[in-house]
Amino acid sequence: MAEKVLTPEMRKAVVRFSGDSGDGMQLTGDMFSQTSGWAGNDLTTTPDFPAEIRAPQGSVGGVSSFQIQIGGTEIYTPGDQVDVLVVMNPAALKANIGILKAGGTIIADSDSFSPRNLKKADYESNPLEDGSLSDYHVIEAPATSLTKEALKDLGLENAAMIRSKNMFALGVVSFLFSRPLKNTINLLERKFSKKPLLLEANKLALNAGFSFAESTEVFGASIVIPPAKLPKGTYRNIDGNTAAAWGLLAAAENSGRKLSLCSYPITPASEILHELSARKDLGAIVFQAEDEIAAVCAAIGAAFSGNLSVTTTSGPGASLKSEAMGLAVISEIPLLLINVQRAGPSTGLPTKTEQSDLNQALYGRHGEAPLVVIAASSPDDCFFYSYEASRIAMEHSTPVVMLSDSYLASGTSPWRIPEVGELPEITIPNFVKPAEEWQAYLRDPQYLNRFWKSPGDAGFEHRIGGLEKKENTGNLTYDPENHEKMTKIREEKIARIAKKLPQQTVVGAQEGKLLIVGWGSSHGAISTAVSELLESGEESIGFTHFNYINPLPSNTGEIFSKFDEILVCELNNGQFANYLRTKLPQFTYKQFNKIKGQPFFTSEIKAEIINTLTR
Amino acid sequence: METDVKNRAEKLTRKDFVSDQAVRWCPGCGDFMILANMQKAFAQMDHKKEHFLSVSGIGCSSRITYYLDTYGIHSIHGRAIAVATGAKLAKPELNVWVFTGDGDCMAIGGNHFIHACRRNVDLNIIVFNNRIYGMTKGQSSPTTPTGLKTKTAPEGSYETPFNIGEVAIGAGATFFARVPDNNHALMEDVMMQAYHHKGTSVIEVLQNCVIFTDGIHEQITGKDTKDDSQVVLEHGKPMIFGKEKEKGLRVNGFRLEAGRIKNGSDDVLVHDAGEHDSLMHLALAKMQLPHHPVAMGVIRKTESESYEKSVHNAIEREKKRTSFKSTSDLFRSGNTWEI
Repeated sequence: MAEKVLTPEMRKAVVRFSGDSGDGMQLTGDMFSQTSGWAGNDLTTTPDFPAEIRAPQGSVGGVSSFQIQIGGTEIYTPGDQVDVLVVMNPAALKANIGILKAGGTIIADSDSFSPRNLKKADYESNPLEDGSLSDYHVIEAPATSLTKEALKDLGLENAAMIRSKNMFALGVVSFLFSRPLKNTINLLERKFSKKPLLLEANKLALNAGFSFAESTEVFGASIVIPPAKLPKGTYRNIDGNTAAAWGLLAAAENSGRKLSLCSYPITPASEILHELSARKDLGAIVFQAEDEIAAVCAAIGAAFSGNLSVTTTSGPGASLKSEAMGLAVISEIPLLLINVQRAGPSTGLPTKTEQSDLNQALYGRHGEAPLVVIAASSPDDCFFYSYEASRIAMEHSTPVVMLSDSYLASGTSPWRIPEVGELPEITIPNFVKPAEEWQAYLRDPQYLNRFWKSPGDAGFEHRIGGLEKKENTGNLTYDPENHEKMTKIREEKIARIAKKLPQQTVVGAQEGKLLIVGWGSSHGAISTAVSELLESGEESIGFTHFNYINPLPSNTGEIFSKFDEILVCELNNGQFANYLRTKLPQFTYKQFNKIKGQPFFTSEIKAEIINTLTR
Repeated sequence: METDVKNRAEKLTRKDFVSDQAVRWCPGCGDFMILANMQKAFAQMDHKKEHFLSVSGIGCSSRITYYLDTYGIHSIHGRAIAVATGAKLAKPELNVWVFTGDGDCMAIGGNHFIHACRRNVDLNIIVFNNRIYGMTKGQSSPTTPTGLKTKTAPEGSYETPFNIGEVAIGAGATFFARVPDNNHALMEDVMMQAYHHKGTSVIEVLQNCVIFTDGIHEQITGKDTKDDSQVVLEHGKPMIFGKEKEKGLRVNGFRLEAGRIKNGSDDVLVHDAGEHDSLMHLALAKMQLPHHPVAMGVIRKTESESYEKSVHNAIEREKKRTSFKSTSDLFRSGNTWEI
């Protein structure tokens, strides 16, 4: 048998809760994340649920999972492999056994390993009994029967009692990681404040699980993951889509503009639309349009009217919006498009992650149509980058594309809530001269921004539109010289934004053999791989991660020049590497790509870095 | 909010809405009439000038935004209504006018058109219907009559055209009017009625294209034929027409019938634009020559709350109900912890 991976000294651990779609695994995982946050751990989570709304009960296709990595050090990914696997039925075991570490622990609801359920999961014999799990530590917890026993006096129906068995499992895991039950009970009391019977049932099941683990001493001692050293402040767990939505609210508040969100539902971006639909209390004006094109066009109308205007979508929707994005470019109005990427092309793998819409964001419009592209790199920093994208759009009167993806959208990480005044100020350039001197395409000479005047501003009536405009006046003209000049101005305007961007930084060696380059959501896996290698004494590698894609930070070339080799890691077939080849052709770029609808594993990045160093 | 914008201090005239841009339509084009009447109507409206917004799509009609001295967006093909919806929702105090053609509105923009009608956004939509694509030089449009020869239907169109009123009312529009491009008084009156209507107002203008479909509405709008081929509807008035007002509309069995008024006018229908049941409005909108006159004026005008008003009322309610005074309250609500 492999050596047990669970030890009292471990500094981080990966736990995966897995069961049937109806077993409440997402809720269980959310609650464990919360109590882990309260314990001061750093953490990252990811859900994994079936694409179908109601997959067949008990089948491998219907398994829903929630994975969390907790640590006493900084945690950037939900973990490649699992230390503790909680399985509520045979299908969950079958679906997940492949990612359990040798020597890992399985906590199985042994009651659910009935012949019927085994058959649904295509097991010919019971894996709990046939020796096939000999590489692992199996804890058979009769969760169903013990939950029913604990709840027998409540007068609930059988099905209702069984629904509480997820709390039994949470009780077991809470004991294992020394989580005080009072915190979990506190969460339950908030969740079920209006349903006293369900509250009681969940509390009893939670206690039963905890007591089972404690009294049967199946784990030996419980584990204490120490608090991580994180910056002081108030924290909460947040997923990428909620964080992006809240960044928009903050940007609207700090700019003094109202927020208009105009979107059409699409996986995996819809939660931003849902969250802001529920934020009428903070004044969000939300429009669910009849299609993706109407959504972006309505956002253009709202932007011209003076609101912070946003449309959210995923790749297929972004394709439909491309003509209107061109209108926003030539009109030079502030507009934000958030593309929560998924694996394409076409419908592709709609619930799976990929970074393959970068080319579309950079180039996906007809004509010469440059705009700003920004990418978020963790669930919590979707807040900061949607705020930044909004700020840049308004300060520079330009459309901005912010790239998130499926992995960030549904994953969670702790977010330090910014203090009042901590976010960058948003200063919208104002035309201060009298209205008589106003012309629609006058610019601020430093950054070439057009001034953002809107209906309601008396004396500034003007027309925007898709036809080419004469420099300064904004009158229509087919003058060839003017078209070339305006094209160059629009390009230069985006390029000059780089002057305001923070400088790009490098982790690890500041010069040396190999620079690892990442962008967007692959940050977690790459940074974990790099820091593990740095800790193990590999001194010649550096890591630089891009959030500002177009324009690139102004010191990018300087950083690249200090390394012998550059390795660009991304979840596509090399789009950022190709972009860098165009922008900074003096360097040679190696590529490490993954196009499987999954995020990078830390292990595969490490292996690639080692390979590159030794080649 | 509304009282603020409506208490316009300055007196505006047609000239205040004339931009400094040279008007470039073919001489004799019906669009000139629409532009002139729109400018005259604008001058009579209560909104402050800076709260006027004109939005158009692509096509000859859509050039109008450059000629109106208001805030304006000359957007992309088919999308004017979507752009206008976003603007109106963002700033409900705006007085928003959409200018579109039969191709722009009923083909590429058809989806936005029906959804605007369904939602009842307070937009005024003027559809310039010349039954052809003019700017792209003569292809069939969704309102091209069956049998008409066009660049894309050289043997004559095989398609059944849309009746704009039928589509609008069928999609739930609360206001639909039709006017010929040569009846200035009626056009201005209808524009003002649309302005005062709270909700989506659709005005179809039978507009002449002198190049590709010259005379296509002649049978309806011509000096000698118009009295017999149009019935101009007025709410609360009997639906009568003809040079001597000798003809009227009545119900015969299950359908509308046009004919000479017998025995006084007892059986002539009285127009009720405010009836919510759209059955009769659809029947009126669909009337065609030669068996019926074409209905002009306001065919349907019913009251219901406009979309942007519902949304903003909900926002006001939620703001009163919540304990969140700022984003900071939201961010710090629920399960947080200190480090």
